Amino acid sequence: MKKVFARPESLKLTPFHYCPGCGHSIIHRLVSEVIDELGIRERTVGVPPAGCAVLAYNYFDVDMAEAPHGRAAAVATGIKRVRPDLVAFSYQGDGDIAAIGTAETIHAANRGERITAIFVNNAVYGMTGGQMAPTTISGQVTTTTPLGRAPLRDGYPLDLSEMLGIAAGSVYIERTSVSSPKWINKTKKAIRKAFMVQLEDRGFSLVEILSPCPTNWKMTPVQSIRWVEETMMTIFPPKVIKDVA
Amino acid sequence: MSETKEKKKDKKLMRGSHVLGEAAIRAGCRAYFGYPITPQNELPEYMAEQFAQMPDAVFLQAESELASINMVMGASIAGARVMTSSSSPGISLKQEGISYIAGMELPAVIVNMMRGGPGLGNIAPAQGDYFQATKGGGHGDYRLIVLAPAYGQEIADMTRQAFDLADKYRNPVMILGDGMLGQMMEPVVFPDPIDPAQLPAKPWTLTGCKGRPSRIIRSLWLDVNREEELNWRLVRKYEAITAEVVDQEMYLAEDAELIIVAYGTAARIAKGGVQRARAMGIKVGLFRPKTLWPYPSEPLARLADQVDEIIVFEMSTGQMVEDVRLAVEGRCRVSFYGRPGGVVATPEEISRVISSTHHRAHPKKVAGGRASGGSRLTVVG
Repeated sequence: MKKVFARPESLKLTPFHYCPGCGHSIIHRLVSEVIDELGIRERTVGVPPAGCAVLAYNYFDVDMAEAPHGRAAAVATGIKRVRPDLVAFSYQGDGDIAAIGTAETIHAANRGERITAIFVNNAVYGMTGGQMAPTTISGQVTTTTPLGRAPLRDGYPLDLSEMLGIAAGSVYIERTSVSSPKWINKTKKAIRKAFMVQLEDRGFSLVEILSPCPTNWKMTPVQSIRWVEETMMTIFPPKVIKDVA
Repeated sequence: MSETKEKKKDKKLMRGSHVLGEAAIRAGCRAYFGYPITPQNELPEYMAEQFAQMPDAVFLQAESELASINMVMGASIAGARVMTSSSSPGISLKQEGISYIAGMELPAVIVNMMRGGPGLGNIAPAQGDYFQATKGGGHGDYRLIVLAPAYGQEIADMTRQAFDLADKYRNPVMILGDGMLGQMMEPVVFPDPIDPAQLPAKPWTLTGCKGRPSRIIRSLWLDVNREEELNWRLVRKYEAITAEVVDQEMYLAEDAELIIVAYGTAARIAKGGVQRARAMGIKVGLFRPKTLWPYPSEPLARLADQVDEIIVFEMSTGQMVEDVRLAVEGRCRVSFYGRPGGVVATPEEISRVISSTHHRAHPKKVAGGRASGGSRLTVVG
């Protein structure tokens, strides 16, 4: 019998701790498949964030270095600068990359660092229990916006990917989603392209992935997938934001 | 050419910051990340200029001290001998990364050319960051190895030592200087350069998992038992460092009845004060810690048995004096003299402090009567 579906080599045989309906496990698998297909597992170093994906180093079967909250782009820069032969990617949530790590991310993009960022946007701080994130949409109820995010008090949802598109050193920025098989396939293509940009030594690449968080959104997995497509996508429309590759 | 002439030829007149940079490069440092701040800009500028000629070296001016210390972390993870430098307010910003680097047991060299504080303070030489350097600075139970050079030659030697210690113990090492040490020009003979390719391999770095299982470098240990064991393992390492690394200079201490304790620039001023006081016939010596962590407590305790009093002089309101008191454990009186805020005391000033301390402890033998008598008023009560 021919095996048509298997665990990627770049993914360890470790049960995910992620909640049912969470997008992280899908995204972990997509990144692992791309690393396998590009044949770069043995020269890849991943940098997970502080956040739900902090334990990503237990799942990816590549060399992994934990970064302080928000600093993954700087840590990846340090690795890549001294070992340009390695492939460095960061894996970050919205709070990590678009609030506390904004400066590191924008400047890494602007310098055209040859690193790849996987940016998982679920509009909420997941690990800490559902507080307002920079990407929380206006009116969204979180534990720190109990009456809904009020932009004039709490700020507007921040579109970091668009900001990174302005940075001259960024080469490829795309926003996708994992809310359906169609979007999952698109996401994998985007991740592959983002790694290719690094392999071709062109500059900074990032894929922002809209991802459901049923636990903190207080929804069922099905409701949360619908919320990604019907609500999140109106504020963060999936598209190629920049492609000069 | 005679040996002396050969040495003279090798002697270079350089400012402290440049000495540090040159010594780092000769120690095999091939990565530097930093952010401008006075009074240490000559160091990153030196690294930028030298590394521009070295294709295998990385100089990067980061967007912040936060970013630069995290770049240091990444470079160390990938196996480089790496350095960053800053001055007091910038070192505060680096503390987050320093805590992680210590927790992840990564080698790195961090230079602090201290200036006046707190806050923005000023750009004059000061020693107000002693607590921050030696007691942690960032969060969690950890220690830096802290080296305190006082001379140009010592900057060259200690910089080499800093990189070797960092690699040996997989621990961040801080070189604690000040604006004056960084600016002063002195003659220096450098150690021979090291070829980084000849350094011992580091079997823990992240360089891709070719031919071996994948590795993880992290500081998160959610299991409290593993976190506790990490903490105790660090303590065992710190005990080994304490046993092996402690260093100090003793000057005219053999017959001393009075000792002044000072480090770095303050120790050079104090040495001048000791020489002046000796000329007045006061038996005073200098004890200069060269390592601030680990602190040379035992040699200082032995001196405390011999002398009547220890004066601690710092360019701060009194920080190292606490470690002196802990070392001395009441064996003798410990007093403090400080000039914080960027004020640089003079050797004359220190000699007056020494002489007034001496006269209080040693009543003058005055002909025809007891020294405590005479016309002085005595307040009783």
